[in-house]
This record gives sequence, structure tokens and C-alpha cells, in this order.
Amino acid sequence: MIEIKGLTKLFGKKPVVEDVSITIEPGTITSFIGPNGAGKSTLLSMVSRLLDADTGEVLLDRNNVKKWNSSEFAKRVSILKQANHINVRLTVRELVAFGRYPYSKGRLTSADEQFVDQAIAYMNLGEMQDKFLDELSGGQKQRAFIAMVIAQDTEYILLDEPLNNLDMKHSVQIMKILRNLVDELGKTVIIVLHDINFASVYSDRIVALKNGRLVKDGPTHEIIKTDSLRDIFDMDIPIQDQNGCRICVYFNS
Amino acid sequence: MPKNSMKLVILAILSIVCILLYAFYDIKGGFDYAFPRRMLRIAAMVVTAIAIAYSTVVFQTITRNRILTPSVMGLDSMYEVVQTFIYFFAGSLSVWVLNKYLNFGAAIAVMVLFALILYRFLFRADKHPIYLLLLIGMILGTLLGSFVTFLQVLIDPVDYLSLQNRLFGNFMNVKKDLLYISVAILFIAFIYGYRIMDKLDVMSLGRENAMNLGIPYDRMVMNILILSSVLIATSTALVGPITFFGLIVANLAYQYLVTYRHSILILGASLIGIVALVGGQFLVEHIFELKTTLSVIINFIGGIYFIYLLLKESRAAG
Repeated sequence: MIEIKGLTKLFGKKPVVEDVSITIEPGTITSFIGPNGAGKSTLLSMVSRLLDADTGEVLLDRNNVKKWNSSEFAKRVSILKQANHINVRLTVRELVAFGRYPYSKGRLTSADEQFVDQAIAYMNLGEMQDKFLDELSGGQKQRAFIAMVIAQDTEYILLDEPLNNLDMKHSVQIMKILRNLVDELGKTVIIVLHDINFASVYSDRIVALKNGRLVKDGPTHEIIKTDSLRDIFDMDIPIQDQNGCRICVYFNS
Repeated sequence: MPKNSMKLVILAILSIVCILLYAFYDIKGGFDYAFPRRMLRIAAMVVTAIAIAYSTVVFQTITRNRILTPSVMGLDSMYEVVQTFIYFFAGSLSVWVLNKYLNFGAAIAVMVLFALILYRFLFRADKHPIYLLLLIGMILGTLLGSFVTFLQVLIDPVDYLSLQNRLFGNFMNVKKDLLYISVAILFIAFIYGYRIMDKLDVMSLGRENAMNLGIPYDRMVMNILILSSVLIATSTALVGPITFFGLIVANLAYQYLVTYRHSILILGASLIGIVALVGGQFLVEHIFELKTTLSVIINFIGGIYFIYLLLKESRAAG
């Protein structure tokens, strides 16, 4: 279980995340939503230890994440950020194989190779696994990075706007894969999403931030409501039910 | 992968050919006189080549660029600062000049300290990009350079000649007493390097991806910064600064051996360095007949290569 307790992060004197406390239930997809600059990515970075919090703490299994051995932590929690510029030439397969580093320390066993094969198959990258990353489109590259995180085989998977650069088909494909990872393999996914409808359709729980503060935290059906969304986005958004999916029609509100 | 090991074998053969050529070609006078002296120079060149290649490759991995080298952080200038300070305040006959170990130790200590202060000062907050470090290093380098020139103008002319001899890279007068200590340092650096090769590979994915995979990134950056400064200090103390040498060997290695594996890159860059130094020194001695020094040639070619890389990079960016 991941517990976030009173987390605050200042950039200079300006708080970008202020006194946020959340508990992440295992075996669920939790989406972080909110306007630009709400502190969603910063919060995710602190949970995954990429950033140090100024006050407050993040606990994984009741132990502060800062106290975890980095290598053991990497077997439990993985994070993928948005910008991934790499200036070495790597093939897709080599990148995905890096996901096994916490286990193999660079010497892949046949079990590791199997995880790599599975992750590549999962993300539908079989045909391009020997291509260099710089030969791929933005979306293909993004899928390769997600495959790396899947190969890492962690209980918790943290993703910072993974649908950026992706077309509709691949966005849906990735959200379905995440849903499968949770439903079939019992993983826990925390994801920062820009498109509120993906959050509505695929997540179990939604955490909404605004100006660094937690404004809503609850099951998806409680958050995807016109009055809750008004508190988050300052917009009146009608909700339509489409075969059990609640769709926010925000385009002309 | 077998293709790369083939390339490394070719480089190794080339290095051995250069070394044999330099060791045995046209020995005039007594063999017993010339041969040990040539071997000493070869040893110094091999040590220098490995130290610079190693430090440049790891430095470029942590700074995630392929153009800037440790000398850009002002490390070469720092060496000049230390030496100029010693000559200015203690004079050319002081123990700090005459005892080469003391001199060497002081230079290494100050250079590592300089790298660490830069690190403490800039990395304390986790939002500073590494480019800021490089920019400040560049400005400091220029500042220190001007300051050194100022002091050198005031120094006694006799002291100045002796200082200049120390500051210009020259493989003809290798400080052989420093060679043993350099070999020892290189040996320790390799033992450490053997343990971090796989971590370096992961670090080339960038800070966030490396941390995700369990690398204590910031601590590793600091360790590698120290490693890099010690190696540069070693080679600078041994043969003087050769600014553009690291840039050439590292980039040729990246181009020739397309891989992310540091064990291969560092080995390749070192071998290219040995070919360039020993082969170059051979040319200087037997073709140019010592009318120039190797550092001058390397900096000339390296400078042109540097401009080429800058133009290529800006075209790729634009």
C-alpha cells in the first residue's frame, strides 16, 4: 500500500503541491486529473522518489520511500515520465531489456528474456523490436518505453501522461492494457491523465488537484459529475451516459 | 555484438603496431640508451590516452552531451591556476615545485575540490539542470584563465619559463617519477569502473529512467565527477593539458562503435587514444622532426573537429 501523508513541495517560495494526503489502494487504477500546473506530475515524481518532498512523507508498505534500498524499490514501483530524450542509439529490444536491470544488473537470464519477450508482445512491438528508437514515430517510441516499464514487472506502475503523442487507437490500446494489468495480474496503476474521458472510462478512483491542493478524491462515479467537475475545472460540463461509460462533453461548455 | 568485438580487435592491433613502430623504428646511437627512454614515453602516452578517454566518456554520460568535456568545466584551467599560484607565491625553487609528488597531490586535491564545490553549489537543489553546471564551468574557466594570465605577467621571467614548460603538454619530457603514481591511480579507477559499468549504461537513459531502474543517480553523478577530475588531473600533471583530445577520441568511439555499452565505448576510446598519441608522436618525431609538438597538432585537428561537431549539432537541432 502507498500512503501519501501531508506532502508539500515548494519551487522557490511558491508551493506547487500543498499538504496532499492520499492512500492508494492496491489492485486499482487511480487517475490524477486537474488543470495545467495543478501539481499532478510533481506529486507523481515525489511518490516515485524522483523529487524530494519539502514536508510530509510517502510510505510504501509503511516504510518511508526514502529509506528503501533503491534497487529493491525499483522492483516494487516503476515510473515513466513524459519527456524521454535519449542520446544513445538503442534498439527497442535493448530499451525494453533495461526494464530488467533491477533484477539482472545488466546480465540477462533466460527468465529475464522471457519478461522482455512478453512486454514486447504486450505492447505489440514484435515487428519493430530490432529497430533503433530514433527511427520510430513519437507514439511508437512511447509504447517502447511503456514496454520497458512492463518488463520491470513492478507491483506499482506510475505513468505521467502516457497518452501524449498517441493517436486514438493506441491510446485506447494502452488504457486497455493497463486495465488488464490491474484486473488480470493484480498490478496497481497510478496515472496522470489529461483527457478526462479516459479517466472516467478506465479508472477506479480519481484524485483531482487544483493549484497544488487536493480538491476531490473518490470513486470515479462520484467525481465524474457536473458539480464535482465544476469545483475542479471551473467549467459546467454536462455528462452523458454511453453504454455505461460516463462521457464529459466539455467541448462547448 | 560480434561486429563490435571485431572492431575492438582491429583497434588493438593498430595500437600494437603503433607501439612497436615507435619503440623500434630507426633507433640511432645505443639501443640501451634509446630503448628505455622510448618505453617510458610509450607508457606515459598509454596512461594519458586511457585516462582522458575514460574520463571524457563517463563525463559525457553524466552530462548527457557529446560536445562538452571536463576541460569545459574549467578543470584544465584549474590545473594552470594551481601551478601559477605555486610559482607566484612560492617561486620555482620551492618544495611545492621541486617535489613532484607534492605538486601532483596539490593539483589533484584542488581539482577534485573544485569539481565538488561546483557540485555542492549547483546540485543541492534538485531542479538545476546539468547544463547550468556546464555554463558556469565555462564562465569560471574563462575567468580563471584571465586571472592566471594576469599573474603570469607579474611573475619573474625565469620562473615563467619554468612554469610554461610545465603547462605545455609535451611527450618528450615525461615526468617519469609521476608515471608510477599515475599507473596506480588508473588501476584504482579501473577497479571502481568495473563495478559501475552496468550502472553507467543505465545512466545513459537519463536521470528519471535511471532512478526508476534503481540507480542512486545523484550520488553516482558525484562519484563519477570525482573519478573524472582525478583522471584529468593525472593526465594533465603527466603531460600537460591537451584540451581537445578527449573530444576526438570519445566521439570517434561513439561513431565507430554504435553501442550504449560503456565497457566497449571506454575500451574503444582508449585504443583510439593510444593510436592517436603513439602514432602521432611517431609522426612528430620522424616526419616533422620535432619541429612541432603533438599537443599542438592534436589541438589543431581537435579544434576543427569541435567546430564540425558544433555545426552538425546545430543543423540537427534546426
